[in-house]
Amino acid sequence: MNIINIEHITKVYEVGLEKVHALRDVSLRIDKNEYVAIMGPSGSGKSTLMNMLGCLDTPTSGIYDFKGESVSTMTDNDLAKIRNKEIGFVFQTFNLLPRSDALHNVELPLVYAGMSYSERREKAKHALIDVGLGDRMHHKPNELSGGQRQRVAVARALVTQPSIILADEPTGNLDSKTGEEIMGLFQELHEKGNTIILVTHEEYIAEHAARIIRLRDGLVEKDERVESRKVLKVNSATE
Amino acid sequence: MRHFLFELKEGLLIALRAIRANKIRSALTMLGIFIGITVVVLMSTAIKGIDNSFQKGISALGTDVLYIDKWAWFTNQEWWKLRNRRNIDMEDFEKFKELAKLPLAVAPVTSSRQIIKYKDRRVDDVVLNGSNADYVKTTNFTFDQGRFYSEIESNASRQVAVLGSEVAKNLFPRGDALDKTIKIGGANFKVVGVLDEQGSSILGSYNPDNQAFIPIGTIFKNFISHHRQSVTINVRAQNPAMIEETKAEAIGVMRKVRGLKYDEENDFTVNQQEALMEQYNSVVGVIKIAGLFITGLSLFVGAIGIMNIMFVSVRERTREIGIRKAIGAKKRTILAQFLLESSTICLVGGAVGLLAAVLLSMVVDQFIPTSVQIDAVVIAFVVALLTGVLSGLAPAYMAAKLDPVESLRYE
Repeated sequence: MNIINIEHITKVYEVGLEKVHALRDVSLRIDKNEYVAIMGPSGSGKSTLMNMLGCLDTPTSGIYDFKGESVSTMTDNDLAKIRNKEIGFVFQTFNLLPRSDALHNVELPLVYAGMSYSERREKAKHALIDVGLGDRMHHKPNELSGGQRQRVAVARALVTQPSIILADEPTGNLDSKTGEEIMGLFQELHEKGNTIILVTHEEYIAEHAARIIRLRDGLVEKDERVESRKVLKVNSATE
Repeated sequence: MRHFLFELKEGLLIALRAIRANKIRSALTMLGIFIGITVVVLMSTAIKGIDNSFQKGISALGTDVLYIDKWAWFTNQEWWKLRNRRNIDMEDFEKFKELAKLPLAVAPVTSSRQIIKYKDRRVDDVVLNGSNADYVKTTNFTFDQGRFYSEIESNASRQVAVLGSEVAKNLFPRGDALDKTIKIGGANFKVVGVLDEQGSSILGSYNPDNQAFIPIGTIFKNFISHHRQSVTINVRAQNPAMIEETKAEAIGVMRKVRGLKYDEENDFTVNQQEALMEQYNSVVGVIKIAGLFITGLSLFVGAIGIMNIMFVSVRERTREIGIRKAIGAKKRTILAQFLLESSTICLVGGAVGLLAAVLLSMVVDQFIPTSVQIDAVVIAFVVALLTGVLSGLAPAYMAAKLDPVESLRYE
């Protein structure tokens, strides 16, 4: 069953008088429980594609169906609803709210989903325990290490049980050991049945995925299965 | 709906957290609203206080009483025209009394300023009114002690006096005025009555509390030559609804008494409380509007301060807005969040301002009787809330329509 179906989408930005074609003609499908990496050098359009996939932005032309619904024609409110319920974001710079503790950060998407206090507290706690931060719930982001912050972000992405997890350079701000740990976490999530889309420009990170889509100049250059997939020994995130 | 309540609660928590995070900034912003609300509440309370004491003051004049006089209380005629009018004398009064059928009571009044003494105590500059026994029927006087002078005493021009409450209090601190002999301008008078407190301080020496009352014959005998001074005829209608008819009759009768031809102007004026009220409203109305406008400006300045700070706050938290949008906050959620922040600042500032206004009004109360009424409290809160919402609207709208992609990239 495919979750994402994109046909011939383009995205044109107007910078001053000049038109920048960030995406020229991209078509792709992503099925449930896939683990996809989107790769490409800077300027290839991968950030634009990821914003599009994440419903943060809409295409200039083309078709984008998310679970059979047309995203291209949605209103801002509908897009917010999709982002809230169907998509979990993990960013390179973590993007946690600095003044809120880990628990509240994880809880936030559920607030916007309109869940009651006790229910969302419970779910947020579970999500934090799942990523191995059961003992850090009331720490503020500046009291956590980079790896821990990214785990909070992963917990926040997971807590709504979204259809896809969208990770934009999730290891970009981490040292390689911590990065490896986070990649292990993603692998574990994938094995549990989650659909993961990873955006990166690093080959060794992309090799964790089962499929790599390579972009260049706003076009899909290559869409291939990973032959020698890097599978980490998962020793469960809960250390 | 439930959904929206959660968002509202979350918004409120965010607002409180943001206010706490920038304590000095929030406090300074609140100060603007605090000052604005304080002066607006104080101003409106003071205006109300002045209104009330004026109302109370002129109610002593009665809504159903006409004052026929040589002089007009308010006029656009030249004063010398009025001065050239003939005096109204006792003969005019007697004829008027005979011809006018509608009034409940009519009384001639003339007055003089005198010193009143009792033993070593004295009150200077008391308005001494001379009238007849019917005078009391043209007023709403009530008595603390004794009675008004009788018709017999009046007709016989006896040396009897009725004292206003303030005059009595000054001469007889122990309240034993009745039947004492006082000296008015050198002549002996027996006190036959003391009035209850009647009017309000706003009328000054026109307040009956600061006056004394003796028979009109006695005042002519002792203090005034009747050829020199015009009398006022106080006319009381049977009820307030009859005032216009009574006035029309009074004018007709008075013209007849004065022997005016049909083309001659009235050489007298019928004064009434209403005219005083109108005059008051036209003067004080302007002061009220100007006062509220000027104090309102300070609130406006406070509102601009809030708007300014809210713009800064939105700019500073652009990234936070991006994050919130990415994880599912709708436009209206962001809008509500910033409106709540500005409203909270205003409500807190307003509440403190109100408290200050209540305390300050106790000080003002020493000069003008004022107190902050419940409607002022409600209005203050509504105004504070409105200020918060209006000054937060533009910044909140700016925040709500931020592009999530752009704001996530914002450093």
